Amino acid sequence: MIVRLPPFEQLVDAHAHELHRFLVGLVGAADAEDCLQETYMSALRAYPRLEHSDNLRAWLYTIAQRKATDLVRRRIRRPTSALDGVEPTAPPTPEPADERLWARVRALPGKQRAAIVQRFVLDLAYDQIGARMGISEEAARQNVSTGLRRLRREVAS
Amino acid sequence: MSDLERALRDPGAAAFDLDRWSTTLAERASAAGLVDVAHAGYDSPLGQLTIYVTDRGLVRLAYPGEPLDDQLAELAAVISPRIMRAPQRTDAVRRQLDEYFAGERRAFEVAVDWRLIRGFAERVLRVTSRIPFGRVSTYRDVAAEAGSPRAFRAAGNALGSNPIPIVVPCHRVLHASGGLGGYAGGLERKRYLLDLESHGTG
Repeated sequence: MIVRLPPFEQLVDAHAHELHRFLVGLVGAADAEDCLQETYMSALRAYPRLEHSDNLRAWLYTIAQRKATDLVRRRIRRPTSALDGVEPTAPPTPEPADERLWARVRALPGKQRAAIVQRFVLDLAYDQIGARMGISEEAARQNVSTGLRRLRREVAS
Repeated sequence: MSDLERALRDPGAAAFDLDRWSTTLAERASAAGLVDVAHAGYDSPLGQLTIYVTDRGLVRLAYPGEPLDDQLAELAAVISPRIMRAPQRTDAVRRQLDEYFAGERRAFEVAVDWRLIRGFAERVLRVTSRIPFGRVSTYRDVAAEAGSPRAFRAAGNALGSNPIPIVVPCHRVLHASGGLGGYAGGLERKRYLLDLESHGTG
């Protein structure tokens, strides 16, 4: 069977902006661009071997989320460089965000984390979130509400 | 909306410059050998051309007016969908085009990737690629040299769909009567190129 894949650059033009915003939610503003580079490099490596082109956006979301998880895990294993007395190499980015809250978001289970970021940062409807995560609209709603409940509990305690 | 939900809308400000970011991606991906077709625009006296190169060489040179989506779709289907804008990969071709249009180059020394061309058309265009600067041939002669003296109409079609005009000089093929014949880029451009070449170079 011949798979008709669109020229890769169209995936960049169509989705990079939104995925960047998604990654700002998942890993923070300072690391989002690098994480997006890793996402697209991985995608490019795998691209010719894809067996269908049904939902390339969902595929990119899956890779982005995996890259974000890798990054967050690496950071947990090797605590921040600030503790070592070494300044982080990332350019200073204005981050007025509530860092404690975002640390909690980033500790949520993967699906809840992704759904919360898509719901609130990207301002997507549940059916749109479902399409990007390859799950139903109802499951998307569930993930958001479960995640929210957990965050509320943690913020209150 | 709760305070929590409001706070969740703000993960921190982060400007995103897509052009700069995708230039970085294209450079990294090219260095890693992950871009199978690299392309870039080229401002020529004949309008903006688009240059496409692969690891084998120049695969396509498109005149303005040829729909970009069609060009990309054909390359994705025939060569590879790993297509990106990566200007540095087209530098050698751009330099030689500069020299050619300045009247300082008579022959292109770039490898050609023939994969977009098949069968009789490939034979016709390979014959055409050997017509020297400043000389012309005819549809009939080109057909004959490609092995089918009577297939001059098919030769005309092959020349009309030449994916690499200018470098594979289909503009040097004319009617036996001396008429200009046709040109996919328009007769204006064919005339321009013949005129450029009739003045020769120093």
